[in-house]
Amino acid sequence: MAGYLFRRLIQTALILLGVSFITFVLLYVLPADPVRQIAGRSATAQTVENIRAQLGLDQPMLVQYGRYLGGLVQGDMGRSYLQKTEVATLIAARLPASLLLMAGGIACELLIGLSFGVIAAVYRGRLLDQGLMVTSFVAVSAPQFVIGLLLLYVFAVQLGWFPIGGYGTFAHLVLPAVTLGIMGSGWYSRMMRSSMVEVLRQDYIRTARAKGLGRARVLIRHAIPNAILPIIAMIGIDIGIFMGGMVVVESVFGWPGIGQLAWQAIQRVDIPIIMGVTMVSATAIVLGNLIADLITPLIDPRIKLR
Amino acid sequence: MKKLLLSTALLATTAMPGFAQDYTPDPNAQDGGMITVTYKDDVATLDPAIGYDWQNWSMIKSLFDGLMDYVPGTTELRPGLAERYEISEDGTVFTFTLRGGVTFHNGREMTADDVKFSLDRVTNPETQSPGAGFFASIAGYDGMATGETDTLTGVEVVDPKTVKITLSRPDATFLHVMALNFASIVPEEAVAEHGTDFGKHPVGTGAFKLGDWTIGQRLVFEKNADYWRDGVPYLDGVTFEVGQEPIVALLRLQQGEVDVPGDGIPPAKFQEVMGDPAQAARVVEGGQLHTGYITLNVGIAPLDQLPVREAINMAINKERITQIINGRAVPATQPLPPSMPGYIEDYAGYAFEVETAKAKLEEAGLGDGFSTELYVMNTDPNPRIAQAIQQDLKAIGIDVEIRSLAQANVIEAGGAGEAPMIWSGGMAWIADFPDPSNFYGPILGCAGAGEGGWNWSKFCDESIDALAIEADSMTDPGAPERLEMWSEVYTKVMEQAPWVPVFNEQRYTMKSERMGGDDALYVDPVSIPVNYDYVYVTE
Repeated sequence: MAGYLFRRLIQTALILLGVSFITFVLLYVLPADPVRQIAGRSATAQTVENIRAQLGLDQPMLVQYGRYLGGLVQGDMGRSYLQKTEVATLIAARLPASLLLMAGGIACELLIGLSFGVIAAVYRGRLLDQGLMVTSFVAVSAPQFVIGLLLLYVFAVQLGWFPIGGYGTFAHLVLPAVTLGIMGSGWYSRMMRSSMVEVLRQDYIRTARAKGLGRARVLIRHAIPNAILPIIAMIGIDIGIFMGGMVVVESVFGWPGIGQLAWQAIQRVDIPIIMGVTMVSATAIVLGNLIADLITPLIDPRIKLR
Repeated sequence: MKKLLLSTALLATTAMPGFAQDYTPDPNAQDGGMITVTYKDDVATLDPAIGYDWQNWSMIKSLFDGLMDYVPGTTELRPGLAERYEISEDGTVFTFTLRGGVTFHNGREMTADDVKFSLDRVTNPETQSPGAGFFASIAGYDGMATGETDTLTGVEVVDPKTVKITLSRPDATFLHVMALNFASIVPEEAVAEHGTDFGKHPVGTGAFKLGDWTIGQRLVFEKNADYWRDGVPYLDGVTFEVGQEPIVALLRLQQGEVDVPGDGIPPAKFQEVMGDPAQAARVVEGGQLHTGYITLNVGIAPLDQLPVREAINMAINKERITQIINGRAVPATQPLPPSMPGYIEDYAGYAFEVETAKAKLEEAGLGDGFSTELYVMNTDPNPRIAQAIQQDLKAIGIDVEIRSLAQANVIEAGGAGEAPMIWSGGMAWIADFPDPSNFYGPILGCAGAGEGGWNWSKFCDESIDALAIEADSMTDPGAPERLEMWSEVYTKVMEQAPWVPVFNEQRYTMKSERMGGDDALYVDPVSIPVNYDYVYVTE
């Protein structure tokens, strides 16, 4: 186990190194000059050159990358070109909001997805099953921007049940979390349905029924825990998908997370922030996968990590 | 008291005719109350030497003051932290006398040393100020820019109340420059304490001070009870909520949760809002110092031929393009917007004449047309406008390929001189200060035509440049002879047709029912988008 963990951690570090290099190269070759964004439209050529030299952007790419990496391993993500503030401070200020939204999103997608999946499996082949599966197909396909605005309009503007965007209370969290969760829920309901259908065919379910256990008890005690196993590993992968979704959802709901920070930085070519958010997201994804792999044997003792 | 000071100022400035009258306080104004303003983008910084964004420009104006200022809601200069000033005969020495008893938010009194420090700081390359170039006419600027010196030799502290600024050349726009945010007076000790984070901990002399700032969420401005201008601000404070999509901000305004949506009315909602009398009544319309234009790169064939550029000018149906943005603009004939001094009322420009345009192409030997590219920023409504331009040019045989890119990429292509044509929407020039010179140097003059400059036509005519320099060497920015010279500059530019001036956008702001104050304050040409110091609530 210790050896496994050690190998995985080395892998993680290598993946992050690769991510940092690829992102850095992509930003470097981008046909947009960050110095122009800092210097503004009225700047003289002299001002532009001064800024370029001060930020070290006149250096060859590998030197710039080396400097960035050198800072990164010491925990220094640099300063934002435009805000002049430490990137670490900016991300730290916004990370809790993003983590909260992600937790809310995962809770919603599991709640919606798993219950849809179970119901569909139980009523397999009937109208309810077909209805739920079509719904989940629509949920997977619909753009989050549209779902978000729709929910906002109906539940916040028209019905007034929730605040119109913003951050702070549990009520603020509901609509963005549901928006984020709806997309993933489509996946989960389909996964859960097929997993349940599979499990419900098993001999031990028939045995349980034969023992005279109630239908609900069979489902809750025997079927669901077994069906849910393959789903768990997906949550780790989900974190990556969520990072993309969060950029959209945070913008629609004015949620002060790192997705919003990244989106604004991309528009202004604020490279240290783009790099910082990418690295934090990549770390989250890699760790998410690692944790998913580590918990699987705890749930299913048949799986061994080597 | 204020009246008296002003009359002394008038007497002392005989070199400055046409000096602005001060603002008459609103008799209906009520003290107290908080308002909520929203913005889509986060506030990057409140450092006046750095901030150059839509959302932080007016915020910085309310936190800081410069030596000069504008009468609220107008483009007229008035003294700010300077009580009065004198200009030498040759227009190169400005002696400012500071107001007494002005304190920073930290309680310390503002002195001439702070003025010196602030100007040194903004021009020091280490500050990385996007506005440093505005101060190029101050003696010693070049030494600062190259890093040879760390102080402006042209800025001299005579005594704690007097600052003498010597220019290396007369500069008619200098008083406007001293009213820019970049010329705000900051206290050295606060800058020293926070270093590069000063932008998150701003300390100024302005009508408001920063209360609370939750990064990415909200900023709260509190009234500066010791503000040196009597009677203002009226509001107890302003809450800025950032990260709010304009469409969400509008919904919240309709629910009474927001007082001013800082990014205005989203284009997709414009007709709906204007079609509802209750909402339309709360919309404020005003001109702004803005021109939307198509740049024609004079370095790329066949746009290097004047008849081709003239033909393009005649082929664009500007009326139709203004309809695309729901009539939120007026068709333009020249680079300057109508509310800018120097605008030529009776200048007809290039009329929309398709047949004449075709004849011009024939004249250039391109009767069969040609192909070219139009760069455009990829946010609505710009791609739609680009399509209209494409159709208009198709009618005279020009095949246009639209290259719709992110803003930074369009700017890059424009600066590098790679783009044959650029539609300026989303990146268009909005004046930094209300003076005709501001529409020339960086975007039409030789100074901006170099690699990376904002003169995307790469148009450079030495004789027009010379005329511009001559106009700016006069001491009085508002002198009729000077404005005539500027009119001549733009007439000559248009003869060369490096641009198609398409329209001048009108600004539409919305406000909640309880907001009071002159409509002009909501479309203030300088404190864009709102002059927070002078608006009030009526409840």
